[in-house]
Amino acid sequence: MLATEEDILSQAESWKRAGRGVAVATVVETWGSAPRPVGSHLVIDDEGKFLGSVSGGCVEGDVVTEAQDVIADGKPRTLEYGVADETAWRVGLSCGGRIRVYVERVD
Amino acid sequence: MKLDLLAALNEERRARRAAVLVTDLGAGAQRLVKGDAIADDPLADMLDRQLRMGKSGSVEHDGKSYFLTVQAPPARLVVIGAVHVSQALAEMARMVDFDVTIVDPRTAFATPERFPNVRVVAEWPDKALASFGLDRYTALAALTHDPKIDDPALDLALKAECFYIGALGSRKTHAKRIERLTAAGFGQDALSRIHAPIGLDIGAVSPAEIAVSVLGEIVLSLRKKPLRADKEKAA
Repeated sequence: MLATEEDILSQAESWKRAGRGVAVATVVETWGSAPRPVGSHLVIDDEGKFLGSVSGGCVEGDVVTEAQDVIADGKPRTLEYGVADETAWRVGLSCGGRIRVYVERVD
Repeated sequence: MKLDLLAALNEERRARRAAVLVTDLGAGAQRLVKGDAIADDPLADMLDRQLRMGKSGSVEHDGKSYFLTVQAPPARLVVIGAVHVSQALAEMARMVDFDVTIVDPRTAFATPERFPNVRVVAEWPDKALASFGLDRYTALAALTHDPKIDDPALDLALKAECFYIGALGSRKTHAKRIERLTAAGFGQDALSRIHAPIGLDIGAVSPAEIAVSVLGEIVLSLRKKPLRADKEKAA
């Protein structure tokens, strides 16, 4: 069965309790056609393991990388992705939409 | 996010209670507002609106940006009747993340072999559902055709304001059902909430196709229209 948003948050809790560094990424805003709705979560641990998705695969790689910095310094970050980005060929949304993702550490 | 806040959010979900996590996107401060405490929160109106839509979202208040992580209880589906259509419906509904329970007092039908992946209760609906806690985040589909089994379940679902109530059977069968439920004291408004003949009109023929039409109708009721109790509250 597919993991629901809630399963993902349960996973975040148990990863943290198991002593791992954990960050939660949440889609907080979307414009145009976005692959995942506002409120979608991705949870990431300090080894780069992750569960859930914020874009159906387009930008997860970058979010997981940024999450490592968030886990390291504890400062929340807001990330934006869209085809207009100069990095579009590397990370961007092929569907033409834009999304904003909030990444925070679980303390 | 503080671990105790995350744990509290997860706890509310396990107890099937609504809750909203409020995040100040500028300062990073967070608070958890439980469903019964929403009216006392400074963002009460916004929390209420998002919860009614069942959608997380960003809001502005006093020049600050907040993100509201909305957690409505996970939707459940109770299927009355461990019949052929139910076998297909149970599997499909599971894929759509419904928590599925099959109820049928006929032990020859209600077997784990026929329903390997969902909860099967071989009891009469009034007994099976007494402790189940039907609520407005639950859908009920009555599929036996047998008034002895379907009617008590419909009675409970109507009283619990389930977000979807469907009953299998022809228009003629349903007309008789309406007569019985009217005699049992239900008014026209309540009875009009029963979807019958059940399912979206997609020309379904096979049991699996009928399951698709029923599941489609359930998803439509969950996502497209506000919940009944919410509409009344808004009116």
